[in-house]
Amino acid sequence: MALTKFNYNSFDVTPVASKAMGFNSDADGLTSISPTSMVLIKTLTASSDSSLSFVNGSSDVVLDSTYPIYLFKWINIHPGNDSVHFSFNGSDDTSSHSYNITKTSTHFEALLYEGDTGAAVQYNTAGDLAQSTGVQSLGRGVGNDNDQATSGELWLFSPSSTTYVKHFMHRDNVAHDGNGSFSNRISGYFNTTAAITAIQFTFSAGNIDAGKIKLYGIKDS
Amino acid sequence: MALSKVDYNSLNVTAAASKALKWNSSANGFETGDVGGSLVLLETQTADDSATLDFTSNIDSTYDEYVFKFINIHPATDNTNFSFQADTGTNTSYGQTITSTFFNNSHTEAGGGGGIANETGQDQAQGTAFQRIIVDVGNDNDQNSCGYLHIFSPSSSVFVKHFYAETIIMNYNDGQYNSFIAGYFNTTTALTRFRFKMESGNIGAGVVKMYGVS
Repeated sequence: MALTKFNYNSFDVTPVASKAMGFNSDADGLTSISPTSMVLIKTLTASSDSSLSFVNGSSDVVLDSTYPIYLFKWINIHPGNDSVHFSFNGSDDTSSHSYNITKTSTHFEALLYEGDTGAAVQYNTAGDLAQSTGVQSLGRGVGNDNDQATSGELWLFSPSSTTYVKHFMHRDNVAHDGNGSFSNRISGYFNTTAAITAIQFTFSAGNIDAGKIKLYGIKDS
Repeated sequence: MALSKVDYNSLNVTAAASKALKWNSSANGFETGDVGGSLVLLETQTADDSATLDFTSNIDSTYDEYVFKFINIHPATDNTNFSFQADTGTNTSYGQTITSTFFNNSHTEAGGGGGIANETGQDQAQGTAFQRIIVDVGNDNDQNSCGYLHIFSPSSSVFVKHFYAETIIMNYNDGQYNSFIAGYFNTTTALTRFRFKMESGNIGAGVVKMYGVS
């Protein structure tokens, strides 16, 4: 007798469009399961790299209208040089990318050194931009002792819009070269109505010695 | 003959609560797991007049980042602080060295206190105390706090372990706080467990969820 395959309606559960099938909360029956909305797109791991770039359409990177929100997360980014600024910029090119989009931004920080000095929360004019095409610093003054690094995240909203400027916001924590904890918050916008097609991360000097950066897409449905 | 549908226990896989049915990595069998996303719920703990909430498993190199979410944390004692610490291995001292920052926005129901302030009494410079993340929370029936805490790469044996948190609080004085905490555990030993507690009294109610970010 020929083997009969199970069909979508062969299971003891009501099918729900675009859901997965799984076990209920008591693990004693089947139910529909909602996929989560945060999707890992690409992970780049640094190994003494001068830059790490996420380019739409290259190396499986998606950075277009597929998702309305993109989220970059970096884990233990360790610089080759001491006291350098982890930074990023965008590109609107479709090939041979240049990273030079005009940006206006704000930057404030909270800090405390291990010796219980320097406690402050303050606006940092060295970290903001006013219609600048240069890189936007994220974590400033990252130390390169063996155990020092920075971790954080950057949200980028609707990079493919051809109508609006593109907002971004960020949060991190830095093991500062002066042996302290610096927590930075930057927000701003790419002042362009062209689609942002690539994002590049660099240090202000030297290489990205180690660490990883992950790009996620956040679904809207 | 009546039509029989395939039941949950007819499948060649051990049922796991709230998990999806997937093919394994070799595509030659079933397994359970999460689908289509990178924020994976690992554990939920619900306080019921609890002295502590301890997360002692699933914290390893599986995930680069762990996120704790706090939902309606309600103290048994008025005007106290909700705080956290970490430990290594199977130790239970919860006294790792922390350097951290803490600043706060506040505004009372009466319209007073509007402002932002660096709270030097809440930060730590190489301290080993529990790190406060919710301060001055009230215990009127409707008072509570919510927020999140991110921990990066707790299993690293190379780097310090960064964290940051944001909480929103209805304080005992009938006002609102929005607190921002960040810092690092100044150790290169893997952190394997986290404890949450009130500084005085118990955690009367509330939920803490731990997620892994893949």
